[in-house]
Amino acid sequence: MTTATQLAAQSAAPQSRNDDPAAAPEGGVVQVEYADGGWVTVCRRSDLLPGRGVAVLLPEGRQAAVFLTRAGEIHVIGNRDPFTGAYVLSRGLLGSAGGAPFVASPLLKQRFSLTDGRCLDDPEQSVPVHPCRVV
Amino acid sequence: MAATDITGSDKRTDGTPARTLVLIGHGMVGQRFLEELAARGVTEDTRVVVLCEEPRPAYDRVQLTSYFSGTSPEELSMVEGDFLARHGIELHLDDPAVAVDREARTVTSRQGRVIRYDTLVLATGSYPFVPPVPGKDSPGCFVYRTIEDLKAIEDWAGRATTGVVVGGGLLGLEAAGALNKMGLTTHIVEFQPRLMAIQVDEGGGSALRRTIESMGLLVHTGVGGQEISTAEDGTVRRIHLSDGSSIDTDMVIFSAGVRPRDQLARECGLAVGERGGIMVDEQCRTSDPDVFAIGECAKTVDGMVYGLVAPGYDMAAVAADAIAAAGTTGAGATFTGADTSTKLKLLGVDVASFGDAHGTAEDCLDVVYSDSRAGVYKKLVMAKDGTLLGGVLVGDAESYGLLRPLTGSVPPVAPEQLVLPAGLSPAPALGPAALPDEAVICNCHNVTKGAIRAAVTDHQCTSVPEVKTCTKAGSGCGSCVKVLGQLVNAELEAQGITVDKGLCGCFGHTRQELYEIILALRLNTFEQVLDGHGRQEARGGDGCEICKPAVASIFASLAPAIGADGYVLDDAQAALQDTNDHFLANMQRNGSYSVVPRIPGGEITPEKLIVIGEVARDFGLYTKITGGQRIDLFGARVDQLPQIWARLVEAGFESGHAYGKALRTVKSCVGSTWCRYGVQDSVRMAIDLELRYRGLRSPHKLKSAVSGCARECAEAQGKDFGVIATASGWNLYVCGNGGATPRHADLLAQDLSDAELIRLIDRFLMFYIRTADRLERTSVWLERLEGGLDHLKDVVVHDSLGICEELEALMAAHVANYRDEWAETINDPEKLGRFVSFVNAPGTPDPTVRFVPERDQMKPDLTILSGPEIPVRTLEGSSR
Repeated sequence: MTTATQLAAQSAAPQSRNDDPAAAPEGGVVQVEYADGGWVTVCRRSDLLPGRGVAVLLPEGRQAAVFLTRAGEIHVIGNRDPFTGAYVLSRGLLGSAGGAPFVASPLLKQRFSLTDGRCLDDPEQSVPVHPCRVV
Repeated sequence: MAATDITGSDKRTDGTPARTLVLIGHGMVGQRFLEELAARGVTEDTRVVVLCEEPRPAYDRVQLTSYFSGTSPEELSMVEGDFLARHGIELHLDDPAVAVDREARTVTSRQGRVIRYDTLVLATGSYPFVPPVPGKDSPGCFVYRTIEDLKAIEDWAGRATTGVVVGGGLLGLEAAGALNKMGLTTHIVEFQPRLMAIQVDEGGGSALRRTIESMGLLVHTGVGGQEISTAEDGTVRRIHLSDGSSIDTDMVIFSAGVRPRDQLARECGLAVGERGGIMVDEQCRTSDPDVFAIGECAKTVDGMVYGLVAPGYDMAAVAADAIAAAGTTGAGATFTGADTSTKLKLLGVDVASFGDAHGTAEDCLDVVYSDSRAGVYKKLVMAKDGTLLGGVLVGDAESYGLLRPLTGSVPPVAPEQLVLPAGLSPAPALGPAALPDEAVICNCHNVTKGAIRAAVTDHQCTSVPEVKTCTKAGSGCGSCVKVLGQLVNAELEAQGITVDKGLCGCFGHTRQELYEIILALRLNTFEQVLDGHGRQEARGGDGCEICKPAVASIFASLAPAIGADGYVLDDAQAALQDTNDHFLANMQRNGSYSVVPRIPGGEITPEKLIVIGEVARDFGLYTKITGGQRIDLFGARVDQLPQIWARLVEAGFESGHAYGKALRTVKSCVGSTWCRYGVQDSVRMAIDLELRYRGLRSPHKLKSAVSGCARECAEAQGKDFGVIATASGWNLYVCGNGGATPRHADLLAQDLSDAELIRLIDRFLMFYIRTADRLERTSVWLERLEGGLDHLKDVVVHDSLGICEELEALMAAHVANYRDEWAETINDPEKLGRFVSFVNAPGTPDPTVRFVPERDQMKPDLTILSGPEIPVRTLEGSSR
């Protein structure tokens, strides 16, 4: 398991940005962009289960939800469900509609796009999307 | 009595006194009349005062008997919400009118109200006729008309072992059925030579009699009650019959017909019929143009006194029309007669009669189909030219919805095809397509086939519920709902509208179809199901939050039969599970979880109770006793779940599946072991059932209970499957529900042995799992199931589909394959790795899951969730 200490150490070594998440290599680690082009390693790719998410801690205590789709794409969004305030989106069910991936909140089931963070059931709400890469 | 003279009104602001309308009687017809008045705007400028003899507003007298199966008086109410207040209608309960002074135009009530009227409407209904038998007023003699009557009967029957119902008509049979259900030896005494003499002919009467006798009721026809003798304390002891015989009995219910309540009308000089009934014209006006009479108290222009609600409703509309049109010249509706066709279900037997059921027309001919073995009797009355005049249907009234609208026309197929059972008929059975547009489909609301078609074509209705709302068709007695459904579907099809019954955006199949596909092809991965059987555009995708758990549930239900692992966190299935199943706990509002160990039957040792208490104390959990006789532990963080369960599993607990669409609990009362009333060991049976069906994944949660006697302390009739002990075994009730849409369970089978009970439940549950929609509780499923309870009985009791062997085998495989999910999980380090708050900081608890004190325990701290983002300060070693 990646510890918080490792997390900080790895983030100090920035890598080239991978814009095609579907091309993620199997054995790599997942990195998330957190501020001004800084990257932080959050987990191994093998920690992810296709069709589900995990919660990760970002520096400064922010929480993100990391998902792996059936096609092998990785997506990272904020972990907070804006409808309830609870930090639970990583535990929602992943799905796709018209080819676009989404997660359904485990509490009240609103769906959020994994690509742009929009809530598909309420245009007023959205969650942050974090760029990510596998290295 | 203080007389109150109420003449004024503040309804009008311009100073002109409003008209006052007084309605005497607030029964079903009275209430309908008020609704018709309101619909015509009459209540806006007219003061409406209602005098009601009963202590409650109008209720559904047609469904009166359902009081005995648990329907509350409130549920029977016909008055919706604030209807009366909204329209400013003054209703005085418990205050019948005692006199009418037509000269002074006043009504006097029993409580002393004197109300001046401009228009008076009598809807006084009828009273039960009690034959002048000596002893008829003794304690233990009852009539069957009001909720108060039924309450008195219920009270008395609790101490009685035998009951006699005098009268074998509709209400008499209902009363007899109720007594029989309460466990009394029940006799029916009918003066006519057959039961339901008004509705059915001799053949129908004997078919009905055989079926009723097979239920254990004792039928005596062609005899009348002559005298009731009493015991020393004056209560009913015996009834002597006209043939010299007698029956020892604890109670007598008179249900020998009704008579119009016209006394008030007689006393104030209104014209009444020779044999009763207030004479009215086509507009329901009595001999005084300012006084109307409607419903069962009125004798209409065709010389009839109608005892049915549909004609009463028609009269209510006609009278409201006339009153609304007062002063105008417009011609309103008229009432000149009504169709007395009826379809009923009596003691589970379908009985219908329509048109000239007795063949009174000249030269008419009969076409009869009779099968005494099956208790089916059908007769059609035909004119010489082939016109259908009427008929009688007993035991199978399926075709009533089609035959009644055809009455008066020449049916498009030979009459014998109309009475032969489906399958025996040489030609395909007649469909609703054959009906003319003028055919009345819904008799209660007088809705024609043309109006139903127009609802689809002109009003864009696309479902039966929408058509019901639009036309009111099918919202009365409900006997036309099946034909209505066929018509709506045919019309939608004709419009080229296909109704998408698919499970979700990914699957065009229903859950039931997916079940069949998965079982037949032994599919056990979601990818196989989606890529092979999903909608074209969804194949290769991720599925969605609807289909993934639905398919996961089918996999779990069928695991041994399709070669799947029964363990829900197995690799192929883990990603499909709803979040609660994925963490084997129930997520609560702040993202924390609750934990419910299984306590089979609610029986638990002190040692185990102590373990639960210690676990709750050590992990700081909030504890609450559940309605299902177990203990819920709230406030666990996801990373605490494995430690909590390690302790619980070690103490011998198993998962309670409170998080799953699966069997929850089998609740029990303490049963014959301790209770002085108990007749069977309900606790043992509850434990056996809970252990047998634990872990069974199903379309929705399943709840059960076992009561050790008819007092029903375990509330089994509110469960998906409930068991009530009898002296000789168990009664099985199914498809009950509590919650927001309560439904009393239906009796599926009686006096079962342990083995018979378990076999039937096996079949029932597997049939439900096979055929229900996603998230469809058994109660809703049964309402939707074509053929309803009868069909369910046919399938699981009589094996009419020949599938029971398969259903039993599937259940046997489930039972043999059961493993405790939590024991399995805490022994699997890889699975345990998922139970962390953060995958990159496994030792760090989620700082947003916090609690504050509440009544000596704790509750979620929701204030911490209200901000936009919560920084974590405990992350050691983190740096920018």
